[in-house]
Amino acid sequence: MYVVVAGGGKVGANVTRSLLEMGHEVTMIEQRPDRFARLEEEFGPVVMRGDATEISVLERAGIARPPELVLAVTGDDEDNLVISQLAKEGYGVDKAIARVNDPRNQAHFDLLGIRQTICATTSILGLVEHEVPEHGLVRLLELQEERLDIVEVQIEKNSPVAGSRVGGIRLPEESRLISVFRHGRSELVEPGTVLRPGDQVLAVVGSDAALDLRAVLHGKR
Amino acid sequence: MKALVIGCGRVGSAVAKGLASEDWEVTVVDEMEDSLQRLGPGWRGGFVLGHGMDTSVLHQARAEDADAAVVATDGDNTNVVIGQVLQKRYGIGTVVVRVLDPARAQFYAERGLQTVCPTQTAISVLLDTVRATSAEPAGAA
Repeated sequence: MYVVVAGGGKVGANVTRSLLEMGHEVTMIEQRPDRFARLEEEFGPVVMRGDATEISVLERAGIARPPELVLAVTGDDEDNLVISQLAKEGYGVDKAIARVNDPRNQAHFDLLGIRQTICATTSILGLVEHEVPEHGLVRLLELQEERLDIVEVQIEKNSPVAGSRVGGIRLPEESRLISVFRHGRSELVEPGTVLRPGDQVLAVVGSDAALDLRAVLHGKR
Repeated sequence: MKALVIGCGRVGSAVAKGLASEDWEVTVVDEMEDSLQRLGPGWRGGFVLGHGMDTSVLHQARAEDADAAVVATDGDNTNVVIGQVLQKRYGIGTVVVRVLDPARAQFYAERGLQTVCPTQTAISVLLDTVRATSAEPAGAA
């Protein structure tokens, strides 16, 4: 397939190298002269110098073909958003993946219809949550379009719901407990299931209600 | 009426002062504290220090109450992103965005964002001026 990579930093250069090794056709766009010169030594004509948010530069990179995939991976979130919009809305590019540098900007990408995004900070924080159980709630999967999260909560000794039947717990709206993992086995939650300290509870919860769910199962916010 | 001005450079500060003198309630957002000086010692409008991409800054500037917004930071891409956020998230009816690159200005204008392109204005004026000269009869000047 044909891929346009906007941005030749660490992410852009490494992704380009891998895509080329996989046999794909790639054009990488880099604006900074010093970086461009280094990239040109390794990548030759694959790398092009220019501002990837300029329509004429994208056109020289073959945006009108259009490429099967555009990767907007510069270090600037506004640029990545504009590149994705130009590619998708201006040239009918089917798939554009944008890098989110500052996780606080994620909402802007969502609002402006750039669905496929990747944020290193958010990914690392997700792993931290998974490795540090006392954090209380692990977001295992985020279904962005459905606005639902699949989360895991560990029931602690001092949890207000330890020893309670699930049917008797007042859960936040937009949340369901799915299963309980204990003693190496998983069982689906029924109204009669009793939660025990040490249980790992899998739940589906509306994106905005995750902290409310943690408060109910954990007793703290 | 309430107006929000993002970016307090030459353009933003002049627009803010102009609106304030016409009884608009104006709030200015800029990430440089020094830019407040451009508004002059008598500035009685609002000023929020921070980046216009930051929703907590926009919230502090009460973007949701604004009737109109002018986005004129020194970055084209920053301006078109903030402009779209003000339109779509905060539902501001009149949003005008400064874009220096004519091609990008046209692209976003075609998609419902009101853009002002000083570069295009300069090109048009320069062309018209030169053309008017050549249209005059020889020796008239």
